[in-house]
Amino acid sequence: MIPSPFDYVRVSSVDEAVAALAEHGEDAKILAGGHSLLPIMKLRLAIPSVLIDISGIADLNYVRVDGDQVAIGAGTRHHDLENSDVAKAEVPLLPHVASRVGDPQVRHRGTLGGTVAHCDPASDLPTALLALGADVVLAGPNGRRTVPITEFFLGFFETAMEEGELIVELRVPRTGDAGWAYEKFTRRENDWPIVSAAVAHLPGGGVGVALANMGGVVLKATAVEAALAEGKSIEEAAALAAEGTSPSSDMHADAEYRSHLARLLTRRALAVAAGEAEASTAESTAAA
Amino acid sequence: MQVSMTVNGQQRTDEVEPRMLLAHHLRDNLGLTATNIGCDSTSCGACTVIVDGLSVKSCTVLALQAEGSQVTTLEGLAGEDGELHPVQAAFQSEHGLQCGFCTSGMVMASVGVLAANPNPTDREVREGLEGNLCRCTGYHNIVQAVLKAAEAGPVAGQVPQSQEVSA
Repeated sequence: MIPSPFDYVRVSSVDEAVAALAEHGEDAKILAGGHSLLPIMKLRLAIPSVLIDISGIADLNYVRVDGDQVAIGAGTRHHDLENSDVAKAEVPLLPHVASRVGDPQVRHRGTLGGTVAHCDPASDLPTALLALGADVVLAGPNGRRTVPITEFFLGFFETAMEEGELIVELRVPRTGDAGWAYEKFTRRENDWPIVSAAVAHLPGGGVGVALANMGGVVLKATAVEAALAEGKSIEEAAALAAEGTSPSSDMHADAEYRSHLARLLTRRALAVAAGEAEASTAESTAAA
Repeated sequence: MQVSMTVNGQQRTDEVEPRMLLAHHLRDNLGLTATNIGCDSTSCGACTVIVDGLSVKSCTVLALQAEGSQVTTLEGLAGEDGELHPVQAAFQSEHGLQCGFCTSGMVMASVGVLAANPNPTDREVREGLEGNLCRCTGYHNIVQAVLKAAEAGPVAGQVPQSQEVSA
């Protein structure tokens, strides 16, 4: 499978990327790791006329503490996030979830900004970012702006990015030693989640809970979060995990089974984050 | 467009279409046909090569994205005198293959596994090779081969060209 022909532009700064986007218009796409974009281009589901390669922008690959947040460059590859000592100490949910994306070869190429921009409802890291209440920093023709991630994922492969914008940074709270968990159900270890649940105990109090593959976009489990805030037990809160979701039925699972998984994985993740249970391993998850 | 990269220690400069994938560039322009294309969709790992020290699936990388990179394919693993790389030797001695189609990708991914973890457990080898499929289901001997290769020490996670393989 070979993509449709396109022109290729290599840029070495964010300003050059913004200028190239302005020049080439809506048919241009940003290329970083290419592990979401190139597969859909090979399937001709995307036929951009110009690719703007930002992988040569050196200062988009970093994980650093910035005030009460951790700032992560959009070009940070999953492999680098997985192995970042700063990320492991400050926001351990993220490097753990990065380690659960695809396989080593995929993690060597795929980037955090890329997976957020792609906005696949079954993707691991956007689910974790949603649970953490991340901020998405965008650069565009009018400078930079920050969008809360709860307002970023709008629908099926649809984000709040305007024409001419690209993601330059993700910002997450420093959760440190607070509880967290990621429970992912797959048939094969390197697959997308059939359903997954991310839980993060947040510095301001409160628990963030998010679900993958329970609708057209990654979702906050708002009913679960509200029940926990009201002091309900983990069991009571997790029973509400499928509320307000619209899971699809496909060859992997029907909607009813996905709803069951959402409740089960949310309960497990909440218990793990609370220190009341051991995190699932690949083997024990497969036996669910 | 013009693309330059170092492939198996040799500097190569070629004219490519922007849409040319690295796997096709290696096979069709450079004649390095050990790199197989299996699923062509980032799943099976048969096209795994090492780019700047990291294993990648070359069906999902543009040739242009390897500009200025160090690329190692299976052809670049053996020494100049033909001596097999420790991972190749172990795949031979442990019979880590059946039909052989996945083997070049398995070998390259295994070098990456041993670079990240020179002394892996059986479980860690299986997790490290999660991105490589053997449709003969010959995984047992493949895992045995990687464990055997690890006995050779750190050299099993290195490639002959002066480049580091880091994970």
